[in-house]
Amino acid sequence: MLTRNNLLAGTAALVALSLFGPAGAQTPIKIGELNSYKVFPAFLEPYKKGIELAVEEVNAAGGVLGRKIEVVSRDDNGNPGDAVRVAEELLSREQVSFLIGTFPSNVGLAVADFAKQRKVLFIAAEPLTDKIVWDSGNAYTFRLRTSTYMQTAMLIPDAVKLKKKRWAIVYPNYEYGQSATAAFKKLLKEKQPDVEFVAEQAPPLGKIDAGAVAQALADAKPDAIFSSLFGADLAKFVREGQTRGLFKGVEVFNLLAGEPEYLDPLKEEAPEGWYVTGYPWSEIKTPEHTKFLTAYQAKFKDYPRLGSVVGYSTVMSAVETIKKAGSLDQDKLIAAASGLKLMTPFGMIEYRPIDHQSTMGAYVGRIGVKDGKGYMKDWRFVDGKDALPSDAEVLKMRPKN
Amino acid sequence: MSLASIIIQLLNGLAAASSLFLVSAGLSLIFGVTRIVNFAHGSLYMLGLYGAYSLIEALGRTPIGFWSAVILAALAVGLVGVVIEVLVLRRIYRAPELFQLLATFAVVLVIKDAALFTWGAEDLVGPRAPGLSMAVEILGKRIPAYDLLLIVIGPVVLAAIWLLLTRTRWGALVRAATQDREMVGALGVDQAKLFTSVFFVGSVLAGLGGALQIPREPANLDLDLAVIADAFVITVVGGLGSIGGAFLAAVIIGVAKAFCIGIGTVTWFGFEVSFSKLTLVVEFLIMAVVLVARPYGLLGKPQAVQRLAADPAPPLTAPTWKVALVWLVLMLAVPQFADRYITIMLTDIVCFALFAVSLHFIMGPAGMVSFGHAAYFGLGAYAGGLLFKRAGLPMEAALLLAPLCAGAFAVVYGWFCVRLSGVYLAMLTLAFAQISWSIVFQWDSFTGGSNGVFGIWPSAWLAGKTTYYYLALACCGSGIALLWRVLFSPFGAALRAGRDSPLRAEAIGIDLRGFQWAAFVLVGTLAGLAGSVYAFSKGSISPSTISISQSTDGLIMVLLGGVETLTGPVVGAAVYTWVRDAVARHTEFWRAVMGGIILLIVLLFPQGLVGGLKALFFRWREQRA
Repeated sequence: MLTRNNLLAGTAALVALSLFGPAGAQTPIKIGELNSYKVFPAFLEPYKKGIELAVEEVNAAGGVLGRKIEVVSRDDNGNPGDAVRVAEELLSREQVSFLIGTFPSNVGLAVADFAKQRKVLFIAAEPLTDKIVWDSGNAYTFRLRTSTYMQTAMLIPDAVKLKKKRWAIVYPNYEYGQSATAAFKKLLKEKQPDVEFVAEQAPPLGKIDAGAVAQALADAKPDAIFSSLFGADLAKFVREGQTRGLFKGVEVFNLLAGEPEYLDPLKEEAPEGWYVTGYPWSEIKTPEHTKFLTAYQAKFKDYPRLGSVVGYSTVMSAVETIKKAGSLDQDKLIAAASGLKLMTPFGMIEYRPIDHQSTMGAYVGRIGVKDGKGYMKDWRFVDGKDALPSDAEVLKMRPKN
Repeated sequence: MSLASIIIQLLNGLAAASSLFLVSAGLSLIFGVTRIVNFAHGSLYMLGLYGAYSLIEALGRTPIGFWSAVILAALAVGLVGVVIEVLVLRRIYRAPELFQLLATFAVVLVIKDAALFTWGAEDLVGPRAPGLSMAVEILGKRIPAYDLLLIVIGPVVLAAIWLLLTRTRWGALVRAATQDREMVGALGVDQAKLFTSVFFVGSVLAGLGGALQIPREPANLDLDLAVIADAFVITVVGGLGSIGGAFLAAVIIGVAKAFCIGIGTVTWFGFEVSFSKLTLVVEFLIMAVVLVARPYGLLGKPQAVQRLAADPAPPLTAPTWKVALVWLVLMLAVPQFADRYITIMLTDIVCFALFAVSLHFIMGPAGMVSFGHAAYFGLGAYAGGLLFKRAGLPMEAALLLAPLCAGAFAVVYGWFCVRLSGVYLAMLTLAFAQISWSIVFQWDSFTGGSNGVFGIWPSAWLAGKTTYYYLALACCGSGIALLWRVLFSPFGAALRAGRDSPLRAEAIGIDLRGFQWAAFVLVGTLAGLAGSVYAFSKGSISPSTISISQSTDGLIMVLLGGVETLTGPVVGAAVYTWVRDAVARHTEFWRAVMGGIILLIVLLFPQGLVGGLKALFFRWREQRA
């Protein structure tokens, strides 16, 4: 007779049986990708399209090492704990060759440390934190994106030229904003020792009280403002600052604000004259970018965002690493990635052997408004290798082996 | 700060308070009458913004277009509220306390993905209010005219609600139901209609609060959770069910935030203090202080005892040795057969199971709901990581000492918490969790700040995933066994007595507070153990282990499995972790699917999975007999 106990025991057995998953097939080369798709969709939806385009192009050209590639994507929920779990899943169940991806700094750092522990290659796509290649850098981790330090350094020449004495600073209160602020203060002080930082506001990410912040900054009577806000925080700050006259006669520098992800939502209110880093996609005429742009628009009927370039270039980096290594052996992959040179929509980049940072550059310019839309004007491309600290400094920050 | 700055920041604070008040007033009304902790209230606010954005685009950026869009959006959100109430909540009013929270959590997931699907991922910056886009000069400083209007709207809505509640029949019914909904039902009032109408009004207020923000805030997908915590805090600080209290609390918190920003960084005795960074946590600090001083909020009254919201919890039954043994053998055998990832997944599940069981212990049998249980999980994780990394202890020692640190925090937090009851207690636990979170988040030099701590891997002999799984199983399994054993001890019986009848428990000489405090410390320690095992399995910890979402996950696991059963939380932890992993892998809109699955479980098994299966089993046996 079926008793309750037997029933429970039976359920237990059933559950256990159904846990066994099938192992993956071997034909294409699998690359494991994880990212916080649902937490930062504005950046990561175009990023995913960039990945798709790259995979399509690579496979159309016959793949790599005679095999097609497949990017297996997972959502890490923006949470380091989940990220480490899905990374494990990619490695042990999907049998991917190595890992790429991640967006927020804390997830990037956790996966980098995990890669070190598991001794697998990890190409961090988007995390901007300087620590991932410097203070917490390791042999297995490479980073594509132009880092916080680099983007800040790119804005410094313009900031120095203005000879403004009183600077106010506003940044989202977490790793990215904190290190952008620290880098900016240090670099500006070196070039302009008499600079004064008169106010500093650190609103929580996504929860800026823009009116009060704009007012507090205005009270300090700054000559110039350095901001690293983005997304909804930036939009709120721009609107409140404009209504309250904060920006009148004040120069503003804002990291990332020229990226279409964050500039386009501002529409006709895009703040004219701000110095920003970003991506003037419609005006870049280099052959490598034109090729990317045409292919992207043909495939998606939409224009690329910066995320698209990052996703595309990450996959290309992965593929070139495999090609150069000529095998999927981790040691060979790591050796190949170090010093790897490849062409991206932003030109040639190199993953520096010294710290595994790529020399991908960024576009620096000022915001203008045309036909009710913000765009980047007077822009120039700054190569990443010109925005990095000296080798001696890098060696001092980066732990040995 | 000059006088002019002080006045302007005061106005900024009042403007911010206005919309916070609208959201909180709706939440307060709904809670007062239906006793539902409506987690989806923030989602309704978010829908208000998105709705207003689309309607303004459709109706044109004229004053008429703008204001009719705002009102239509608020009414539309009200209808969404009605749909939620009729389709979901009405079916589970008699479920165990807090079960409705599970349903509203599912609604949050569904609405978020629906909004992503409908409006896309990009932030939508709405237009300024036509005719009010300029700034007004006050004492030489400029303040947006729209902010001044908001400052007026707050009190106007307050007055309107007050009139509605005190001068209409509907208001009288709402007040009566807030005090004693059984009696209202007995007197022949159609409760279903009353609840639906209250849900409508509450949702309209949330939608209005959102729609009015459109000139100040881009519509984006993070608004729901950003606003819900604030709304709860304000509702509780003001006193549950007190609309005037909600207004007062909104003003206090709005103004306090504005002044933290206005004061900025100051130097005291050579130390730099950044008040601007304090905005991360100021509302929770205020809530902690208010609740410690006034256990029912600023203007709240002790809650009337609810007769029979649901049947009292049935006595717990422990699994027999036979069943336990089968499970144990299975758990031990799995890594020998399953692939590596199953072992990793099970390690997570085992940690969460202890986390959920410790939460269940305190919220079920001990009757003290905790909204901030992640505090102990996260502090345990951090204690383990920091003892290992900063103090240089061997990993094994760090792993085992960490729970004691979490327990030490529980000694302090618990001492304050056991002085409160019901939702106030729950919110105080949340306040402590948020305060812990913000300290961990800010203290870069010690805790690694927002990045967390890395490189905390187990010792070589434990590094294998299977070995570590056995360690996790041993630690968490004995933790679970201990908690279950304690529940059937005299101590556990005393706690249940305290839950079911505090007065009688005291009368027979039980030192209830002391017992409850001890229970807090016990579960804090064991949640800390779960956290510490979890941390070493991941190699890194980040502040998200202490965050609200971690606490919410715990609640979801307990409620999903069934709060009135012993094994429910374990099943809940396993099912939730596993299903989320599986769903996220196979679908893009995994949140909506997850929400749908939870809703289905909620509707099919109002006693949770284990409770529902048990009931089914008993019915089946009765029929056979």
